[in-house]
Amino acid sequence: MKKSRVATVNPRQKGVSPPKPNPKWGREEETEVFAKKVKLFRQGKISEDDFRRFRLQHGAYGSRLHMDYSMVRIKVPGGEITPDQIEKIASLSEAFSIGSAHVSTRQNIQLHWVQLEDVSEIMRGLVETGLTTREACGNTIRNVMCSHFAGVCPNEEFDATPYSMAIARFFLRNPMCQNLPRKFKINFACCDQHGLVRVADIGLVPATKEENGAKVRGFKIYLGGGLGAASFIGHLLEDFTPEGRVLATCMATVRLFDRHGNRENMARNRMRYLVHEMGWEKFQKMALKERSIVEMTTSYSTAQLFDVKSQEDTRQLPKAPRMAKLPMLNEQVTKDSPANERWLHTNVVPQKQEGYFTVFITLGAGDITASQLRVLASAIRDYSAEGVARNTPQQNFAVRYVRGTELRDFYEKLASVGLANPGALTIASAVGCSGTTSCNLAITNSHRLAKEVQRKFLELGLDTDDSLRDATIKISGCPNSCGQHEIATIGFFGGATRVNNSMTPTYTMLFGGSAGEQGELAKAAMRVPAKRVIDTILKVIELYRQQRSASETLHHWVVNITKGRGTAGIKDLEGLKAALAEVIQLPAPEQDPDAYMDYGSDSRFSAKTARGECAA
Amino acid sequence: MRSLTAGPPKKKAAKTSPGPAVQLSIVCDADTLRSLVRKKAVRVVDVRKADDYKQDHIPTAVSLPLARVLENDTPEKIVGILEELGVSDKTPVVVYDDTFGALAARVAWTFQYVGHTSAALLEMTFKQWKELRLETEKQARIFPRAKHSLNVNKNIYADAPYVEAAKSQPGKLLVDSRERLNFLTEHIPGAKNIPYTMVGSNGRILRKAEELKRFIENRGIASNAEVITYCGSVGTLSGLTYYALRLAGFQNVRLYSKSFKEWKALGKPKEEFKDATYWDLSAE
Repeated sequence: MKKSRVATVNPRQKGVSPPKPNPKWGREEETEVFAKKVKLFRQGKISEDDFRRFRLQHGAYGSRLHMDYSMVRIKVPGGEITPDQIEKIASLSEAFSIGSAHVSTRQNIQLHWVQLEDVSEIMRGLVETGLTTREACGNTIRNVMCSHFAGVCPNEEFDATPYSMAIARFFLRNPMCQNLPRKFKINFACCDQHGLVRVADIGLVPATKEENGAKVRGFKIYLGGGLGAASFIGHLLEDFTPEGRVLATCMATVRLFDRHGNRENMARNRMRYLVHEMGWEKFQKMALKERSIVEMTTSYSTAQLFDVKSQEDTRQLPKAPRMAKLPMLNEQVTKDSPANERWLHTNVVPQKQEGYFTVFITLGAGDITASQLRVLASAIRDYSAEGVARNTPQQNFAVRYVRGTELRDFYEKLASVGLANPGALTIASAVGCSGTTSCNLAITNSHRLAKEVQRKFLELGLDTDDSLRDATIKISGCPNSCGQHEIATIGFFGGATRVNNSMTPTYTMLFGGSAGEQGELAKAAMRVPAKRVIDTILKVIELYRQQRSASETLHHWVVNITKGRGTAGIKDLEGLKAALAEVIQLPAPEQDPDAYMDYGSDSRFSAKTARGECAA
Repeated sequence: MRSLTAGPPKKKAAKTSPGPAVQLSIVCDADTLRSLVRKKAVRVVDVRKADDYKQDHIPTAVSLPLARVLENDTPEKIVGILEELGVSDKTPVVVYDDTFGALAARVAWTFQYVGHTSAALLEMTFKQWKELRLETEKQARIFPRAKHSLNVNKNIYADAPYVEAAKSQPGKLLVDSRERLNFLTEHIPGAKNIPYTMVGSNGRILRKAEELKRFIENRGIASNAEVITYCGSVGTLSGLTYYALRLAGFQNVRLYSKSFKEWKALGKPKEEFKDATYWDLSAE
C-alpha cells in the first residue's frame, strides 16, 4: 500500500534553500526514562518531590490546580523552528493536547493540558524532528534566546545566531548546570534595539573592535538582570568581551551562581538577587577572577564543545530580485485601507539583504491552532528562502527571507486560515502570559485580556497610527513577570482587590518600560479593575493625542511623564494618575455584576492559587 | 487511476479461495479490500450521506447513512437492514466514512452487536482513498436480499445502569473519548480521558497496534481490564475508541452507545473542573 502513495514533492522549489538538517536537540532514551518514571510515581515508588524535580528537568509543568495534567514546554533555541517541527507540533497538539499551541515570551512553544501519562509520547514525537523539552523548566539553564532579527538586522555587527546555538548546545545536559540554586536565562541580541539583554542573567550584544588593524568579533555582556516580583537591570561586565572569552565568561557566571546563590529562600534566589545583595562591583570582580580560573582549568576538549563554526548556516541563500518600489511599507494606511496594504504596513519590514523582507504572523497572545500551524509550515516552505521561521518574545512568528515580489501570495496563503491579521509590529500586538488558563500562580486571566486588547485595538484601527507604533502593552496574571509587564510602555500585572466591598480582579498598571540595550523598567502607578483596563489604555491614548508635542510618539510621551518631564497638562505620574482617576471607577456591584468578574468567567471572582513550580 | 480488473492478484488476501469468506476484524487495508472487491467476496458499506454516495464511492459499495442506523435502533431492524444490503452471516463487511473513521466504527459496532462476526473498518477515509487515486464508481448498487440471523452480542454493549454499577467494580474502567477541553468541562465521575484524536494518525483512522498498546500501557491500564467507552452523543467517537482498544489487544470492551447525552438527560452525577479558564487557550 505504502508504495502507491504519492510522494509529496514541493512544486515551488524556486530558489529556496535545501532544508536545514535535523538539529537533534532531543534524545530518544529520555522519552523512555520519562514514561518509566511516571509509572513508578503513579505506583508510589518515587516521592512527589523527587518526581517533580525530575518532571521539571524534562520540561513538564503541573497545570493549574490539577496535577494530573502538564504543560509541556518545548525549547526552541534562538526561536528557530523548521516546517517539519511545526507540523509535528500540530499533530502532537491534536493527539495529546488541546488542538492548539502557545508561543511563550521566551521563544518556547507550550502544549497545555497534556495528561501526565502522555508527556513521554509528546517527547518521542519531538525527538523525531530534533526538538527537546529537556531543561525547559527547573533549576537549569532555560531556553537560550536570540533576537529574531539576528542575521537580517540592518544594525547588527554580525549574526549572533550561531553563538546562541553553540551556547545552548554547550549547556544542554551539561553536569555543571543540572542543579543550580534556581533557573538561569541567557539572551542574545542582534543590536542595541532588539533583544532582552538587560533583563536576563546573561545578556549578550554583538560588538566588534579594531585590534592590530583587524576587526575582532566579541560581545557586550550584561549580567544579573531579570524580571520578577523584584526586577533588576543587568550590568555591563566590561567594555568588550572578545568571542574567544564568551564561553569562559558564561561558565564563570554560572559557577559563581551555583556556588554563591541562595538555596534557602526560594523567593529570592535568582542570580539578580545575589548581584544586588553582594553589590555589582564585588560581583564583577569575582566574575572576572572566576573567568581567569575557568580559562586556566578548562580542558581543551571541554572548550571544543563550544563550537560556533558547526552552528553556522553555510547554505548559499539565493538572491532576491530588486524591488523597484517598496510595497506600501512607508506609506500611510488607515483602518479602511485594503487589508493587504494594512498588513504590509504593520507586519512586514525590509531586511539588510536587498529584496528580502521579514514577515510577522500576528497571533492572539501566542495561540495558534493545529490547522494554522500546518498552513504556516507550508507557507514557510513555499516562501522563506531560508526555509525556517523564528518565534518571537512578542508571541508571534517571524518568517524571514520572503521576496518582495511574493509578499502578496504569502499574504493570501496566510489569510486563508486567519493568520494574516495586521498589527504584529504595533501597539495592538499585546503580550499575555497564560494566566488562569493554566498557571498555578495566576490570579487573573491575563491571557484573555491580552486577546481582548488586541481585538479591540484592531477594531479601532490603532495599529495604523504610526505614532503609537513603538508603544507596547504587556500583561502578566501575577507579579511574576512572565508577561514581561515591566519592559512595556504600558504594563499590567494581575492581583485581587476589594472594590466597593466586592473581591475584584485588578491589574497594577505600570508605565515607561523598554527592552533593548538601553532598556529600563516600568514604574508602577495604580490599580485598575480588569474590566476597566481597555478603557484606561484608550484614555491614555486620548490624553496623549491631546497633549503631545509635534513629533513625540506615545512611547516617548509616556517615558517623559515617568521622568517628570511631561507637558504642563500632565507633568508626571501623579498627574497621569489624577487624569485617569475617573475612568478606573466601577459602577456599584448590583448595577453591573459583570464588571467585577474576570475575563472568560461568568461567576464571582475569587483568587485561587497553588504552589508555583518555577523553582523545583 | 488504477483499474480493478488489471494487475496480478495481491499477496495475503489472495489465498482466500475455498470455504467461507475471509474473516475480517477491526481494520481492513486498502489492498485487501481491493482484492476482495475484485473477487466479489465482500460487502462494502458507505456510511456517508446519501448525496455523497451518489457523487462517487468505492466500487460495489452500498449506501447506508449513519442516520438510518441510528433511526432503526433495535437489533431486529438492524438485521433487516443487513439482509436488505445482501449481507449474510458469512459475508465479510468493510465499512468506511469521511469522518476519520468514527461513523464507520459506530456502524461496524452495530453489526457486531446484532451478531455479525466479520465486519471491519477500512484503514482510511474516502477522502484519503481518493487522494491515492484508487478506484471509485458512481453507480448505485443493489444486491439480492440475503438471510442473516439475529444473535445479540450483549458483551460489547453498556447502558447507563451498567456504567453506573461499573464505577465501583474493580477491573472495570470508563473511558471518555471526547477532546480534552470537553472532558475537563464535565464528564462521568471516575472516567479517564483518551481523546479520539489520539487513536488515528497520518492518514490512518487507527494507529499501529503497538503504538496504541504503548499509550494504554503508559496509563497503567491492565490489559485484562474491562473498558467501557463513551463520548458526547451517539457513540461515534467512542465507537472508534472501541476499535482502537480492540486493536491494542483488549478482549473485553463495551460501548456505551447512548453516551454522555443520555447520562446528562437522566440527571446522573457529573465531575466538573472550574478552577481554570482553560477554554481561553483554544485559539478558536
